[in-house]
Amino acid sequence: MSENSILENSSLALDFMNQEHLFPTGPIVKVEGKCLYLNGNDIDTDRIIPARFLKCISFEDLGKSVFADDRIDQKGMHPFDQEQNLNSSILIVNKNFGCGSSREHAPQALMRWGIRAIIGQSFAEIFYGNCLSIGIPCASISEPCINSLTKTIIDKPNLPFNLDIASQSIFNSTESWPLTIELGMKEMLLSGKWDATKTLVQEKERINQIKNSLPYINQFNSLSNK
Amino acid sequence: MSSETLYDKIWDLHRVRELTGGSTQLFVGLHLIHEVTSPQAFAALEEKGLQVHSPDRTIATVDHIVPTTNQIRPFADPLAEQMLTTLESNCKKNDIEFFKLGSGYQGIVHVIAPEAGLTQPGMTVACGDSHTSTHGAFGAIAFGIGTSQVRDVLASQTLTMKKLKVRRIWFEGKLQKGVFAKDLILYVIQKLGVNDGVGYAYEFAGPAIKNLSMDERMTICNMAIEGGARCGYINPDEVTFEYLKGKRYSPKGASWDLAIKWWESLCSNENAIYDDEVKFNASKIPPTVTWGITPGQAIAINETIPSPESLNPSDQQIALEAYQYMDLQPGGSIEGLAIDVCFIGSCTNGRLSDLQIASQIVRDRHVAKGVKAFVVPGSEKVAKDAEEQGLDKIFKNAGFEWRKPGCSMCLAMNPDKLEKNQISASSSNRNFKGRQGSSKGRTLLMSPAMVAAAAISGSVIDVRKFYS
Repeated sequence: MSENSILENSSLALDFMNQEHLFPTGPIVKVEGKCLYLNGNDIDTDRIIPARFLKCISFEDLGKSVFADDRIDQKGMHPFDQEQNLNSSILIVNKNFGCGSSREHAPQALMRWGIRAIIGQSFAEIFYGNCLSIGIPCASISEPCINSLTKTIIDKPNLPFNLDIASQSIFNSTESWPLTIELGMKEMLLSGKWDATKTLVQEKERINQIKNSLPYINQFNSLSNK
Repeated sequence: MSSETLYDKIWDLHRVRELTGGSTQLFVGLHLIHEVTSPQAFAALEEKGLQVHSPDRTIATVDHIVPTTNQIRPFADPLAEQMLTTLESNCKKNDIEFFKLGSGYQGIVHVIAPEAGLTQPGMTVACGDSHTSTHGAFGAIAFGIGTSQVRDVLASQTLTMKKLKVRRIWFEGKLQKGVFAKDLILYVIQKLGVNDGVGYAYEFAGPAIKNLSMDERMTICNMAIEGGARCGYINPDEVTFEYLKGKRYSPKGASWDLAIKWWESLCSNENAIYDDEVKFNASKIPPTVTWGITPGQAIAINETIPSPESLNPSDQQIALEAYQYMDLQPGGSIEGLAIDVCFIGSCTNGRLSDLQIASQIVRDRHVAKGVKAFVVPGSEKVAKDAEEQGLDKIFKNAGFEWRKPGCSMCLAMNPDKLEKNQISASSSNRNFKGRQGSSKGRTLLMSPAMVAAAAISGSVIDVRKFYS
């Protein structure tokens, strides 16, 4: 299989998921859908989206290139190419997911592939913040729970799940697993304030007050006459 | 919770207000932008009908996508050209100062801001690049952000952030001859792990740190992020002030004394409280090299590649992946491993002193047969200073290529890439799978001196052998 045909493989699902009206907006209370388990610690953002795909001025086309090199290497056997995983919306990962580069292209690529929430044992900090800023919940899960959850996913592919933000849990019709959603993330998701720009620009007066109080701006500013 | 540290003091001065769920709206004193992570942010700003809040606190340059051989416009790669023209037009439209190619000020964003005196103690510095932690070397709080946050900073000069905990990493002793700042930080990441810093700012302190130059301090803070810490910083002192004195954007005249007084007041107090403290002895740090696919998979030059059983259970799986990807065996030595490419450059080790040290190794010697070796100065200024000292000639005489400034093969968003499964000895910061542009390419991270030594010998070698 050629490189392109592997990356285009999931394009049918992408055509559907990559429509802007389906991207997160407003308060996010739950995420429904199939789960996809990607095994491994320390999966870095260079692997999520290799640098050559960053040569763009829009995030639009990133979905099909998610995990490009890993997928090409695994010739269609990568979890993001396996039939039963197509159309999944909840990604399950292990420790330190998203380490490395600050590229928001990584969560953007995952989102444009169809991922709407990530459950993991732990996340790298900048990646975690980037997910929140585009409305992708990151929930943490204990080791026994991820073991049991992934067992269920593997035993029963295509099973629909419901990730509930307020109750911090993921469940299907018969089982439920507790999650931890950090308070700040939880409140921002539930209130819709994860889209922070509006909240931030409201404080114009206070921002200018702080700006003008800083010695490197009001006393010895070399940038003012640049 | 920490108190009275430099981190606490700067945080308090820049706090606009507390937000829901424990986040803070934080003012950004210096916003650095570049071509890769800003175009979507400007587009979003336009879409929302917002203006740039503080063009006067924003500086732009181009670094990731620039070719290091021929920089004549338009670039051969139309995508690279498009990214640069987009940045140019965004800067022009929004009255943002752009350090363009050929201006004498262009270079890797984390090299140019310090060398121009833009980065100063007490600032909050943000940039859409994870290695923004570099600027912490000046006693600033500096952190990488994603594109949505670049948008937020453009719109409001603030962002939402959770206050980090502070871990002080203390170094007694002194680095031995042939051991450098790069070895120190690789050693720390190897000891503490690649995710132990999550949730922390790292304060690097102690006699060994006081002894280091600003270039060396930047190397250390630069790689804090590879240990999981979004910020790394060092309290400002005489070395910091000496470096800043007379720089283009440094305070001058009466302002200079005022600035020093304020900068000194920001240092962590003697009785500051830290959330965590770790101690190392710098005298015991050996030349350190990575053997795997994370910066934490590192060993001393004379050690052998660890067996899975000797590692923490959570590091075993990625070690297995690393043996396979790197085609290396547990128990094998790293010294003597043949290399194909040598890269000296990047925001970690592309500064003048890095090139000086490497040039001393290669002077009157020659790159081994079959090895491609090249030097990419971190900025136009580094290139100019190096050329004035004749370093370019030393490198060229030794068989190195002398390139133009840019990020180059650190991340391969430009023509500089590994091919197939080549092994590189690299002075950059990441050895992730595929990082240097080939999905099978293999990267060994090490100090610029070690890269220079590897270029000469054709294989990984203990650089201390060149000093005795």
